Amino acid sequence: MPEPETTEAGRTSVGAPIELEGLTKRYPGSDRPAVDNVSMEIGAGETVVFVGPSGCGKSTTLKMINRLIEPTGGRIRIGGEDVTDMDPVKLRRTIGYAIQASGLFPHMTVAQNVALVPKMLRWPSARVRDRVEEMLDLVGLDPGEFRDRYPRQLSGGQQQRVGVARALAADPPVLLMDEPFGAVDPITRDHLQDELIRLQRELHKTIVFVTHDFDEAIKIGDRIAVLREQSHIAQFDTPEAILTNPADDFVSGFVGAGAALKRLNLTRVGEVTITDYPTVGVDDPLDEISARLRSAGTDEVLVLDKQGRPYKWLRRGDIVRAQGSLARAGVLVHDTVTRDATLRDALEAVLTDNTGRVAVTGRRGAYEGVVDVETLMNSVHELLEADRLEARESQAGLEEQRAAQTHAEQEGAHPSDAGGEAQA
Amino acid sequence: MNFWEYLESRHQQLLTDAYQHASVVFQCMVVATAIGVLIGILTYRSEWAGSLATTVTATLLTVPALAMIGLLIPVVGLGVPPTVIALTLYGLLPVVRNAIVGLRGVDPALVDAATGIGMSRLSRLVRVELPLAWPPILTGIRVSTQMLMGIAAIAAFASGPGLGNLIFRGIASLGSKNALNQVLAGTLGIVVLALLFDAAYVLIGRLTISRGIRA
Repeated sequence: MPEPETTEAGRTSVGAPIELEGLTKRYPGSDRPAVDNVSMEIGAGETVVFVGPSGCGKSTTLKMINRLIEPTGGRIRIGGEDVTDMDPVKLRRTIGYAIQASGLFPHMTVAQNVALVPKMLRWPSARVRDRVEEMLDLVGLDPGEFRDRYPRQLSGGQQQRVGVARALAADPPVLLMDEPFGAVDPITRDHLQDELIRLQRELHKTIVFVTHDFDEAIKIGDRIAVLREQSHIAQFDTPEAILTNPADDFVSGFVGAGAALKRLNLTRVGEVTITDYPTVGVDDPLDEISARLRSAGTDEVLVLDKQGRPYKWLRRGDIVRAQGSLARAGVLVHDTVTRDATLRDALEAVLTDNTGRVAVTGRRGAYEGVVDVETLMNSVHELLEADRLEARESQAGLEEQRAAQTHAEQEGAHPSDAGGEAQA
Repeated sequence: MNFWEYLESRHQQLLTDAYQHASVVFQCMVVATAIGVLIGILTYRSEWAGSLATTVTATLLTVPALAMIGLLIPVVGLGVPPTVIALTLYGLLPVVRNAIVGLRGVDPALVDAATGIGMSRLSRLVRVELPLAWPPILTGIRVSTQMLMGIAAIAAFASGPGLGNLIFRGIASLGSKNALNQVLAGTLGIVVLALLFDAAYVLIGRLTISRGIRA
């Protein structure tokens, strides 16, 4: 986790930590609070995703952070400063806010939308203009082309990018995103998610992101808070820990089927053991290849082309049948993976190629090694085991914390409100 | 004297009447718009206040114009005052109703976004809600103007200004040689004015409705 400090010298401010303490929202005329006593610490520069079924209060909790919904109890601290009683209008100008379907004002151009918050903060107009360009560049839209367009002249994905640009325009340390990608098609959503991850790698904002899509949560979150009704935290942990060791049935229900498969998305090929494999050049003489096969003690060698790229798999029997020419012998390599590919991609490649292994390539597609089914399986087992261990530890920590909290409540708060609230 | 000869001989008088007619409608519309939008702003957020404003202005509209002006004469006298008051009151309903409908029709998500990025109540109203509610409000103003064009003719009953004088004079002297010409000139004048105003509103709409929300 990055240090919770803002760089004074740099142009951009990095994230500030957020602390929620006993945050509660009670609507008049309802006997159960909509959000009940949420406490959580979000580190500076961390991306935390609130995920839960609809109506669980995740959005309400988010909107209490910028006080779009005034909490009826509890404290909010941002960057160590208590903002619970601060002027909400001033507070919101220091917090980025992006919502579903972009929330762009249709009567304003893209530039006017992005410039809103800097203008409210009375930035000089030249600086506002520069900032708008910079922001559009940042989210991958050409300022010259898009500056003067109206939102309805943009695609859903482009609108959403502008929404993010607007949220980031005044360089807030904290960014709140309320199901921002909920209204776009799956392919665009995937792009936007990648984009957000890239942005966050550059900007290190503190992001609180609300979604009901668990796969989105896994992809984006450094940590995920799985919320059940009244925003009770069912589990607050890394995606790995939640996948491998869901705290209870509610969480595992939410994780859904295929948790182990989803886990494969979180690890890169570069993180598992890449083994060496006997290779030969495509121009090597036949007897040299036979000798290599014999000495390697495997049934197969990988033939590389002149640029050192995996070309085809050659079995012992292929050589016998080849009768002098390798041109038609062996099985062509269909699919390779890079070190940055996920284990899921690798598994996919292994399953489609019938050799039971996939070649890993580096720069310009050059051969670096192979990953085979066994390595894959072993690595996954190790990963899952490690995750489980880690999750169990943090779970124990959470329970300890919860026990201490309950204890404190029984000691302190109980006598005063033993009446109406005791039943809840 | 046929109609054209009549127009030619009286064009000075006709133009003055037409100008006064247009002027009183225009001024009353400005006042009605200001009051109507203000009432809309003050009431759209509350269910009952909005209904109350719509009902009251709707009830006003059911009072026959002649009766309204007749009732006003003892209070404010003859001439311009009863005309202006009556026209303004009649002009309110479409403006108030469309202002309330328009302001309520602004996407709550946009209001939420405006608040969320740190707009104050006032700047949210001025920069987001009113511009988005403006097309229906303008439609209300347009409907009001059309209506007032006709109602303003009745102002002549209270010795008010406008083309109504011609119509009243014509009706009073039915059978005389110019009676029909007078009624015809007054009525056609009103129709032409109404069309001109409508054209002006189309232009105003072009100039004031953002390209981003224009239909």
